[in-house]
Amino acid sequence: MTVETHPHRAPIPKGRWLYDARVRSVLYQTLLVVILVAVGWYLISNLLVNLERQNIATGYGFLDREAGFEISESLISYGAADSYGRAFIVGLLNTFQVAILGIVLATILGTLVGIMRLSSNWLLAKVSAVYVEIMRNIPLLLQLFIWYAIITVSMPSPRAALQPFTGLVLSNRGIQMAVPAADPIHPWMWAGLLIGIGLAIGIKIWAKRRQDATGQPFPVALTAAGVIIGLPLAIWVLGGAPTEMSIPELQGFNFRGGRTISPEFAAVLFGLTFYTAAFIAEIVRAGILAVSYGQTEAAAALGLRSNMIMRLVVLPQALRIIIPPTTSQYLNLAKNSSLAVAVGYPDLVSVGNTTLNQTGQAIEAISIFMAVYLSISLSISAFMNWYNKHIALVER
Amino acid sequence: MRIKTLLAASAAVSAFAMIGTAAAQDLTQTIQERDELNCGVSTGLAGFSNPDSEGNWTGLDVDVCKAVAAAVLGDDDAVSYTPLTAQQRFTALQAGEVDILSRNTTWTLTRDTSLGLHFAGVTFYDGQGFMVPADIEVDSALDLDGASVCVQPGTTTELNLADYFRANDMEFEPVVIEQLEEVNAAYFSGRCDVYTTDRSGLASIRATVADNPSDHVILPETISKEPLGPAVRQGNDQFLNIVKWVVFALVEAEELGVNSENLDEMMDSENPGIQRLLGVSPGMGEHLGLDESWAYDVIAAVGNYGEIFDRNVGPDTAVGLDRGVNDLWTNGGIMYAMPVR
Repeated sequence: MTVETHPHRAPIPKGRWLYDARVRSVLYQTLLVVILVAVGWYLISNLLVNLERQNIATGYGFLDREAGFEISESLISYGAADSYGRAFIVGLLNTFQVAILGIVLATILGTLVGIMRLSSNWLLAKVSAVYVEIMRNIPLLLQLFIWYAIITVSMPSPRAALQPFTGLVLSNRGIQMAVPAADPIHPWMWAGLLIGIGLAIGIKIWAKRRQDATGQPFPVALTAAGVIIGLPLAIWVLGGAPTEMSIPELQGFNFRGGRTISPEFAAVLFGLTFYTAAFIAEIVRAGILAVSYGQTEAAAALGLRSNMIMRLVVLPQALRIIIPPTTSQYLNLAKNSSLAVAVGYPDLVSVGNTTLNQTGQAIEAISIFMAVYLSISLSISAFMNWYNKHIALVER
Repeated sequence: MRIKTLLAASAAVSAFAMIGTAAAQDLTQTIQERDELNCGVSTGLAGFSNPDSEGNWTGLDVDVCKAVAAAVLGDDDAVSYTPLTAQQRFTALQAGEVDILSRNTTWTLTRDTSLGLHFAGVTFYDGQGFMVPADIEVDSALDLDGASVCVQPGTTTELNLADYFRANDMEFEPVVIEQLEEVNAAYFSGRCDVYTTDRSGLASIRATVADNPSDHVILPETISKEPLGPAVRQGNDQFLNIVKWVVFALVEAEELGVNSENLDEMMDSENPGIQRLLGVSPGMGEHLGLDESWAYDVIAAVGNYGEIFDRNVGPDTAVGLDRGVNDLWTNGGIMYAMPVR
């Protein structure tokens, strides 16, 4: 550092302290803090006085009370007898579910479309260009309504449901699939899957070190796939290989059994995925175009095949350009998931609004929304920044 | 320069401290100074509040707004309507965006106490029901186990629904959508088997939204009490009294046989009750802080309660509801006005 600390700091001349830069900066900063505190205090006290005057109850105590309303889909058990707090958690998990799946799918689709748009195949390039222009220019809310209408209007009623084969049912109640019936071995298989993924990452790191040291390549993809699929499979066989399936069957009004993807969830997921993918596609295209064509030519001159050029030379460089704007698309997707309320998917905002309306606790409910979306955004941002740094290090 | 900055900063702080010390005056004066009543209505429910082809709001809830405007301002057109969803309505009233909420809203204990509101009477006694497509061949709500049910969020309807299915040990899948048009679309596209809301609402939706009203049946069960009426913010006692007594005056006028057509003849009536109501013998207007002609203006503008009912939701309208419990207490209903005296 070039800035010195001042062991022999010059004494401030008397009467001129107001003109001293250090004093001034302290003064201004103190003033700023005082103003911020005063404004904040004013706003909060005004709020409390108004709530008090209008006899509106305050506090988070309502979260313990019985909610009394049902929620159509939930990752954890929930009933009308559960508390508002639990209802909020149900909504939060639903938001996570749709946002995480949306981010994964939008990334895959966006990358494909982005690369396709640069393809030398005229048809592929034009189709993706049209896709991007249409999706980017129609408001997301409208797209959600369109998807929802497509699913609920064009699909038949449960009694006339389409059944391409046993175990798959398409109707305006959503897509219903046969899934393996609940079995005590399943949690262990999930654990096996996680361990498999961990092992695969370990193998990749080891293989890279070995290749760096000895130059010998290792079939990472094949081994990883073997470990990730093999471990849960082995556990399944050890657990007696249960094959019983839960099959959706028409009982009364609706199909029961199996796993259901509701029209609301599907509409929100499709909407978020196709909309965000268009933006990601443009980012990917821009990122690839930004890598000098000389890199491709140089790689080709080395004798690399075109998919290797893309994978080993162009994409790693493009990624550094792609990551930061993609991060902001992820943030947008997570925040846009709150539009789910329009088609009735019970996300955090939907459940929170209902709670707000039943209890009248507007300030509290909104403060929960703010805290949650802020945390989600900051977490995505932090993760992507870490990832960005991580891949930036590869380049020297 | 620096001094100026400092001065500006302190001025800003003191300006903030000044806001909010506006003189406390009753809402009634504020409305009179503004010469307009801000009224929160539903986003479009035929018979209750719905814009017609020319954009004029009509309906029973709208007539309540007009009646209050006639009493306070002497002009039933001096109303600005704000369409509100079930989700928005209470916040809009609490925040002062509207002066009065006249939007088929159920009077409940929680809302009357913890939301900073006061309900000012009942303009329509309703109850929650279920509507199903006729071809589904269900005759009772007790056969609805496992059904998908379309419902608007943030309503008492949503809670009654959960209560009813819980009490009868049945399951259901809620399809909860905020915008009324979207809920309607979901039901009529077959996304849900059942539509639930107040019976008057079901009748209204069946009459005005369904392609063929006879394709849908409203099941016999009424699973709740839904007294609907206007609400105002707490802390405006005079305005609360005015709204309350405007509602009573509408019913009282029907009881006394006063309507918009015979109003001027009735000014000469010998009946002391009519004389008090119409301000021929003064006093009532003064107690409310209004002109003595307040009730006269109200009835001249919208008629008595019976006329409002018949014009908007009665048997001759598309909604086609019978008076039922909304008939006068003297005719076997429960509409009963506190005495205007």
